[in-house]
Amino acid sequence: MITEEKRQIFIFLIFALALLAAPVFFRESYLLTVLVFIGIHTMLAVALNLLMGYAGQISLGHAAFFGLGAYLSGILTTRFGLDPWLVIILAALCAAVVAFVIGFPILKLKGHYLAMATLGFGIIIYIVFNETVDWTGGPSGLSSIPSLQIGTIIFDSDLYNYYLVWIITLCVMLLSINLSQSRIGRALRAVHDSEVAARVMGINAWFLKVQIFTVSAFISAVAGSLYAHALTFISPASFGFNFSVELVTMVVVGGLGSIYGSFLGAAILTVLPEFLRVFEDFDVVIYGLLLIIMNMFMPGGLISGLEMLAQKVVLKIKKKRHADA
Amino acid sequence: MDDNYRQLFQYILSGLANGSIYALIGFGFAIIHNATGIINFAQGEFVMLGGMLTLFFLVFCGFPLAPSIILSVLIATLIGISFERLAIRPLKNAKPIRLIIITIGASIFIRGAAMLVWGKDTHALPAFSGTDPLYLAGATIMPQHLWIFGITLLVIFFSRIFFNHSIIGKAMRACAYNAQAASLVGIDVKIMVMISFAISAAIGSLAGIIIAPLTMTSYDVGIMLGLKGFCAVIIGGMSSGLGTVMGGLLLGLLEALGAGFISASYKDAIAFIILLLILFLRPQGLFGAKETERV
Repeated sequence: MITEEKRQIFIFLIFALALLAAPVFFRESYLLTVLVFIGIHTMLAVALNLLMGYAGQISLGHAAFFGLGAYLSGILTTRFGLDPWLVIILAALCAAVVAFVIGFPILKLKGHYLAMATLGFGIIIYIVFNETVDWTGGPSGLSSIPSLQIGTIIFDSDLYNYYLVWIITLCVMLLSINLSQSRIGRALRAVHDSEVAARVMGINAWFLKVQIFTVSAFISAVAGSLYAHALTFISPASFGFNFSVELVTMVVVGGLGSIYGSFLGAAILTVLPEFLRVFEDFDVVIYGLLLIIMNMFMPGGLISGLEMLAQKVVLKIKKKRHADA
Repeated sequence: MDDNYRQLFQYILSGLANGSIYALIGFGFAIIHNATGIINFAQGEFVMLGGMLTLFFLVFCGFPLAPSIILSVLIATLIGISFERLAIRPLKNAKPIRLIIITIGASIFIRGAAMLVWGKDTHALPAFSGTDPLYLAGATIMPQHLWIFGITLLVIFFSRIFFNHSIIGKAMRACAYNAQAASLVGIDVKIMVMISFAISAAIGSLAGIIIAPLTMTSYDVGIMLGLKGFCAVIIGGMSSGLGTVMGGLLLGLLEALGAGFISASYKDAIAFIILLLILFLRPQGLFGAKETERV
């Protein structure tokens, strides 16, 4: 008998091996670039999913934490010459502290008010990126951010970046899958289903939400730092309200609470614009439609939606066989 | 008159004009929120639609001003009604997170469609009655400012009459207090929700039309205007109509004075800092009564 835990480990191992082997088949540099971005987006979607899927709290400002990571990495390495690896940790800690501090007042709010407050926070940070021109370079961006380096290996090619990004992303995914099966994960689900009931059971719902918000911000900032070093150029446009919405779309398309779903959502939303480039500007309309349609017909996301569809088909076939026999 | 004073007066005037717009947009938020408990993230897009549709009829189709405005408000209202019918009603008992996402989806969809239809350019709508400034006590007033103040006052006046004295308005308020009880006394709650979307789309688009000559219009003006309207209604408190007006005017003034005397580049940040402060310190708004939390 295979236990649930073993099954989970098995699935994860297959997933991880497939990804680590992928560059053997995708030698073409363009595809690898896309895969690097899918990795970064997966990390972000998983981070947001911790908050949205596990704890049931929305954030419309998560691009801000992504941006904090990217800009801190960019500024501290180009202007102060600090060690990039050290800066990644520093930047992530900074974003976590910011999240922790604003988390207390912000996560007291619920539903629509929480959405608006996180949105407001995201826009304030976005305006700061744009206006502190001396530090961030303003709207024209910050360039010549150094590539990461371990010993003599410089992460300036797509292949190196692919492995760097994906190894960290896989760690984040493993951590999140683990988390959902821990005491904290169960407590989060309880808060998700009914905050009042969870509080009655002795869960400090408020503090728990702040904690998960902080963890989520930490991961998002790491993704931001990796993004900055991989691209060597950043500008505020990548960290605005639209990107926050795009992240929410990834999580919703993949399915709230589903870690592999977040990967799927991130992959779809990263690849989609590449295809839609032919019909320039169409992507925004499609995102909007996707959000509406997914919400109305597949509220559990693609993975659970497809599972349900498959079950229905299997059931029909069985019925038919039954009728034939 | 001293130059500084003249400047101050100018800031106050434009602050009040923008504030009136925020108040109108905030009204739209409050009407839908009171009827359904939803914050409609697509509210700003109706403001954008108002401006862009009027521009389209006026400049591209060559219609006169009044019919253009009426047509635009009608079309925006129809879009509001179909939005409710197609996306909101099927989900009526969903969790807030789904409703938030669906209104955001609608908002990007409308914005994207507007961009495809009208392009990305920024346009100026001609002022309703010329741009010759009027002089009042040494300061200049644009005729468009007077239009904004006048129309805002009219909208506030009529909505007060509507909600306090007409049977539909009273029925809508009954739904806001308790939808189940309202349906027990024979009020069709679904229709009331639909009317709330219609009114809020109409007021939003009207706001977009009267501000367009002052601030220019393009497919993406809806985000900021919508958010600031929300900010107005949060300052004033969802439950208080007059509070929303005060909230809008206060926001407009603070923004104009902040942009004038502190920093113009942080003008937009001012609104959001106020929004966060109010949400943190007094979520029921400055003028609203405290809502009890229902489990």
